[in-house]
Amino acid sequence: MHDMKPNPAGRLSLHVPEPEVRPGGKPDFSNVTIPKAGSVRRPEVDVDPEEIRDLAFSIIRVLNREGEAVGPWAGTLTNEELMEGLRHMMLLRIFDQRMLMAQRQGKTSFYMQHLGEEAVSCAFRKALLPGDMNFPTYRQAGLLIAGGYPMVDMMNEIYSNDADPLKGRQLPVLYSSKEYGFFTISGNLATQYIQAVGWAMASAIRQDTKIAAGWIGDGATAESDFHAALVFASTYRAPVILNVVNNQWAISTFQGIARGGSGTFAARGLGFGLPSLRVDGNDYLAVHAVARWAAERARRNIGPTLIEYVTYRVGAHSTSDDPSAYRPKEESEAWPLGDPVIRLKNHLIRVGAWSEERHTQMEAEIRDTVVAAQKEAERHGTLHSGGRPSMRDMFEGVYAEMPPHLKRQRQQAGV
Amino acid sequence: MARMTMIEAIRSAMDVSMERDGDVVVFGEDVGYFGGVFRCTQGLQQKYGKTRCFDVPINESGIVGAAIGMAAYGLKPCVEIQFADYMYPAYDQLTQEAARLRYRSNGDFTCPVTIRMPTGGGIFGGQTHSQSPEALFTHVCGLQVVVPSNPYDAKGLLISSIENPDPVIFLEPKRLYNGPFDGHHDRPVTSWAAHPLGEVPAEHYTVPLGKAVVRRPGSAVTVLAYGTMVHVAEATAEETGIDAEVIDLRTLLPLDLETIVASVRKTGRCMVVHEATLTSGFGAELAALVQEHCFYHLEAPIVRVAGWDTPYPHAQEWDYFPGPVRVGRALREMMEA
Repeated sequence: MHDMKPNPAGRLSLHVPEPEVRPGGKPDFSNVTIPKAGSVRRPEVDVDPEEIRDLAFSIIRVLNREGEAVGPWAGTLTNEELMEGLRHMMLLRIFDQRMLMAQRQGKTSFYMQHLGEEAVSCAFRKALLPGDMNFPTYRQAGLLIAGGYPMVDMMNEIYSNDADPLKGRQLPVLYSSKEYGFFTISGNLATQYIQAVGWAMASAIRQDTKIAAGWIGDGATAESDFHAALVFASTYRAPVILNVVNNQWAISTFQGIARGGSGTFAARGLGFGLPSLRVDGNDYLAVHAVARWAAERARRNIGPTLIEYVTYRVGAHSTSDDPSAYRPKEESEAWPLGDPVIRLKNHLIRVGAWSEERHTQMEAEIRDTVVAAQKEAERHGTLHSGGRPSMRDMFEGVYAEMPPHLKRQRQQAGV
Repeated sequence: MARMTMIEAIRSAMDVSMERDGDVVVFGEDVGYFGGVFRCTQGLQQKYGKTRCFDVPINESGIVGAAIGMAAYGLKPCVEIQFADYMYPAYDQLTQEAARLRYRSNGDFTCPVTIRMPTGGGIFGGQTHSQSPEALFTHVCGLQVVVPSNPYDAKGLLISSIENPDPVIFLEPKRLYNGPFDGHHDRPVTSWAAHPLGEVPAEHYTVPLGKAVVRRPGSAVTVLAYGTMVHVAEATAEETGIDAEVIDLRTLLPLDLETIVASVRKTGRCMVVHEATLTSGFGAELAALVQEHCFYHLEAPIVRVAGWDTPYPHAQEWDYFPGPVRVGRALREMMEA
């Protein structure tokens, strides 16, 4: 066993894990073992989970350093689809930049960005079919972007203006859209994970064809609801994909605190008999291939899959956070899995489907699109100016029918 | 004496307690190296080591359950739930375990645990960073509930809580962390630097649990408040010119009924204000007690001004928050009654 020290005095001591480095130190990811792209096998979707336990400790990768797509997980997408994927990731990144700026300008109270993690939600979305349902956290807006949800409605929500689909009731980025397969985001952690399993069980009860996807971060896997989700999924073989986005940091807390003595987050699934895969979260092709594998398993009624996406949160947790207080500033540059946008761009250039010129041109076009949407949203209003949701909206929607006591309160409030 | 914000006062309370008593341990989400998202535990890990102040996995039930186990061993854990809104997964451990250890084991096991959590709104935190769940704790036999309104009280009450032999829920009004707030959100923010209660002894002292204080003496009406609403009530009294006596309850359970009753018998009127939703809020308990003990002294019905019975909204924060406009209107109406 690692970390075991002799204990001659017979006295106990408490083990408290620490990250490799803290601010002022040199970033060190030597503990992250990165297998060669293409080296991890691709089992059949009806494989006995017991036969692929090793995949919970490896990393499935498709894109190699030269930008080639290699190995058994390659080939799930055409070049046209990959160009669309690149566009989605760039759109999400530029959207984030604009909204972060808007928050700094006081146009909203709060924002959370995806920098470095764009591939996870954007590529995953392309493995789903209409009618499937995601139960996301606050860092999967790529599901909406790649699903074609109107950007201006996302901005209206962020600004809590009078066109906000959620009537100003929710924090910025806690979107909701049943139509786009995006369950209402809770501000609390992990609650949605077991709900995803329940939704999937319902689809099975009704003998439907739809599947669900639960989302959670590395830190929140420590919550009891995560474990509830795994046992329900395992027992009922629910048609659900259980996604763990391991971006290394839960606000200031490094992933080792939630992971504990387990080798990986994917390994959490093994005790429940779930096929548990680990994938390069910064590799658009690998994310898509693994998501499609899990979706096929679910849709063929074989059962659930746990997927750990190995990635890195390049930005702050939120606009209320300052990562320089707890991790080296240079750490993101040292992250060994690179940047998802650059990696996909290099691949497309390598296969002759893309060029630096086209990339620059697309970036400018996307920026124009985002700025136009932002102008449209701001014509409605921002958090502190322009059209705001009404006070009446605050009282509505607590119940299907407003009970008498709330009607009295609304009258008292004069609306 | 030193000038402290409420954050610094709370930190100082834990520092002083850890210094005096090696059994005091502090843990919670992000509280170790980083020092907490509101920085209340900043520097404690560096000073006392990572086995006395540490980060935990994100599991609130785990935080409270582990604290109970440590307390059963003989430690005095002072743990942080990052926001009061995050305490619900821990509710079973709090209500059926921490609260009942002494009773069900006939004193064989006890639970000297302090559970700190930021409470209340006023920071555009939306429905999961703004709640005031105090009534969910006062309803539970075996728990004590504290809500300070200023740095001086926060430190003295927190030390009392840590030293108390039974579990204490310590609710920290987050809008007061950096300065007093009277509900006038459109005015410049103020700091504790100029406030008399921002003057805090650096050393150990206590403010006893179960003792309210009259913040503003008055003769026309008694206003019962705690946390942020103490400042709203004081400002409203000044602005309306109504001679209200503002009582800062400081501890909701055990409650200082004596101070409340003496005041209401003097003024003949009583208003209760809180940020939490109205229905089954702590104001209902206060109103019942006041009518039981002061019925023949009351000249008007008891009035409650509270958060509306809706989840705490984001955009409509100031429509929701029972600020000076709503409290002032209710005060005037009450005086006309």
